[in-house]
Amino acid sequence: MAVLTDRPPVAAKPARRRRARRSLVSRVLGYATLIFFGLVFLYPFVIQLGNSFKTEPDAAANPLSPIPDPLTLAGFERIFAGTNFPLWLGNSLLVTVLVTVGRVFFDSLAGYALARLRFRGRSWLFAMVVAVMAVPPVVLLIPKFLVLNQLGIYNSYSGLIVPLLADAAGVFIMKQFFESIPVSVEEAARIDGASVFRTFWSVVLPMAKPALITLTILSFQGSWNEFPHSLVAVQDPDLFTLPRGLADLVSGSLGKGSQYPLKLGAALLATIPVAIIFVVFQRYFVRDANDGSDKG
Amino acid sequence: MATEAPAARVVVRGGAPRRRGRGTRSSENLAGWLFVAPVVAILGLFLLLPILMALWVSLTDWNGQGSPFTRNVPFVGVENYTRLFAEDGLARRDLMTSLRNNIYYVGIVVPAQTILALGLALVVNNRMLKGKGFFRSAFYFPSVTSSVAISVVFLFLFANSGAVNKLLSLFGVAGPQWFADSRGVLHLLLGALGVDDPPAALTGGGPFGLSWWEWLSGPSVAMVSIITLVVWTTSGTFMLMFLAALQNVPVTLDEASTLDGAGRWQRLRYVTLPMIRPTMFLVVTLGLIGSWQVFDQVYVMSQGDPAKTTLTPAYLSYRTAFREFDYGSGAAISFVLFLIIIVLTLIQRRVMADRDPVARRRGRWRRRVPEGS
Repeated sequence: MAVLTDRPPVAAKPARRRRARRSLVSRVLGYATLIFFGLVFLYPFVIQLGNSFKTEPDAAANPLSPIPDPLTLAGFERIFAGTNFPLWLGNSLLVTVLVTVGRVFFDSLAGYALARLRFRGRSWLFAMVVAVMAVPPVVLLIPKFLVLNQLGIYNSYSGLIVPLLADAAGVFIMKQFFESIPVSVEEAARIDGASVFRTFWSVVLPMAKPALITLTILSFQGSWNEFPHSLVAVQDPDLFTLPRGLADLVSGSLGKGSQYPLKLGAALLATIPVAIIFVVFQRYFVRDANDGSDKG
Repeated sequence: MATEAPAARVVVRGGAPRRRGRGTRSSENLAGWLFVAPVVAILGLFLLLPILMALWVSLTDWNGQGSPFTRNVPFVGVENYTRLFAEDGLARRDLMTSLRNNIYYVGIVVPAQTILALGLALVVNNRMLKGKGFFRSAFYFPSVTSSVAISVVFLFLFANSGAVNKLLSLFGVAGPQWFADSRGVLHLLLGALGVDDPPAALTGGGPFGLSWWEWLSGPSVAMVSIITLVVWTTSGTFMLMFLAALQNVPVTLDEASTLDGAGRWQRLRYVTLPMIRPTMFLVVTLGLIGSWQVFDQVYVMSQGDPAKTTLTPAYLSYRTAFREFDYGSGAAISFVLFLIIIVLTLIQRRVMADRDPVARRRGRWRRRVPEGS
C-alpha cells in the first residue's frame, strides 16, 4: 500500500506491472498443473514398467517405487514359459491384421459409394450407417453370441474375425473424406474410359492417403484392444486374443495369488504395440479426436 | 465445350460420366450396391439381425442348449421383462442394484471427467506455456490403450498393499481394502456424521424392492476405484474435444475482455464457456452415453463384487446369460440398457441437429470417439 501511494498516480504503470506479475504467477501455476497431471497420467505406466521387473515381495513392499531391487526377469520368463502368452500374441496379430485390412478395404469401398455413386437407396443406407453407429457395443454381447452360434461359427477364427471386418464409423470417416476430394479428377478418369472400380482404386484411393492412414490406425488400435467381442465369440483357450488372455490371467483360473510382476509385464507387452503406433502416428490420433478429415 | 461434351460421351462406353444415359445409371446403380455389399452384409448379419434374434430370445426361456429358434424352446412372452420390474425377486433386486450402482457411477464419472478434461484443455491451451504438445499426448495416451491392460495396472495400484494405499499412508491415511469394501460412500459419510444405524423410515420400504437406505448408499469403495480408472482413461479424449473448441475462440475476444478488466474467472465464465457450449454439451452427452456401457473394467477388476456393488446392467446381462445360462433374462436386461442409451443418444442428436450445419457435422463426427466402456 505504501509503495503504491509513493508512486505518482499513473494508472497504467502499476496495472501493467500487476499484469506482468500475474502472468508470471499464472505461468508458474500452469507448469505446476501440467507437471502434476503429467505425473498423474504417466506415473501409473512407470509403476507398471518398474514393477514388472521386480520380485513379488519387492512389488508388494514397494509398489510406488519405479526402481526394481533386485531387478529380475522372472516375471517375463514365466509369461512366456508358464502362460499361453505366445499363443495369444499370435492370435491377436492374426485378428488385428485381417480386421485392419478388411476394414480399410470394405469401409473405403462403401464410403466411396455413399459419397459419389448414385444408386437407389443410397440416402436410406447412409441413414442406416449413422443409426448403426449409435448402437452401443455392450448391448450386442448376447445378440452376437446368438448369431455366431446359429451360423455355426461360434468358437472359431471366423467368428472372431468376420464380424469385425467392417464398421459403421469407418464408413462414415471415408465418406466424409471422399466428399472433400474434387469431383473433377474422377470425371477426367471416367472420360478416359476407366471403370468405376478402376477410378476408385487407381485415382481416388491414392488421394485418400491421410484418411486411409487414420482408418488403419483406428482399426489396428480397435481390434488389438477388442475385448467384449472375443468374450462372446470364442470359448476355447487356443483362440484367445491378448486382451482375453490377460483378462483370464487376472480373473480366471490363472488368477491365483497376486503374481503382480507377471500380470503387469503381460499387460505391458500388450500395450507396447499401440504405444509405438501412438508415438509414431500421434497426429492422426489427435486429428481423429479433433476434427477428422475436415483438414484433409 | 458444352456442345462437344455430349458427342464425346457417346463414343466412350462403360466409363461414361454418370448421370447421363439410362445404361450408365443402371451400371452405376449396380456398382454402388456392389461397393456397399460387404459392409451391408457384415453389419446386417452381425449387427441388425442379431438384435432381432435377441429380441426374440428375450421373450423365451432359452437355456443355451441347441438353437433358440425351434419349437422346443418355451415362449414366455414379456415375462422376462415383468420379472425385472414388477415381481419382487432376485431378478428385480439385481437389476435395481445394478441401476443404482450405474446411476452413482454416471453421477460421478460424467461431472468429474468433464471438469478434468476442461481444466486440462484450458491449461494446455495456454499460449504462454511451452512443451504443451508433450503434455497433451501424455494426457491422451491412456485413452488409446487397452481397457483390459489398464485395468490390470489399476488392480495393482488399488491392491491392499498397492501404490494408492502406499501413497495415502505417506499422508497418514490408512487406505481401505478397495476391492473387498462394499460399503457405500454416502453411508460412510453419514457414519462419520454419527448416523451409524439407518433411520427406520428408510429401511422399511422403497421403490422396486430396494429400501431407501439401499438406494441412498452412494457408490461403494470398490466402485470408487473403477470410477477413478475410468475418469483417468477418458478425460484425455474429452480434453482434445475441448481443446479444439478453445482454439476456435478468437484470441481478440479474450484480449478485449482482459482490457475491459475481466478477471480470470469472469473471462472463463462469461466469455470462454458460452463460446464452447456446444462442445460442453457434446462432452456431457457422450459421457452419459459412454458411462452406461461400462463393462470391461468391471469384468477384469471386480466381476460385480463385492456384494454386487460394482454390478452394472451391462455386466449383469452378461452374467445372467453366460454364467447362469438364463439367456432370456440376459437379453431382456440388454434391451433395458439399450433403451436407456438410445434415449440419451436421441436427445443428443436432437439438440446437436438444432445447431448450425457445421456443428452438426462435427457432432456426428466426434460421436465415434472411444466411449467410456
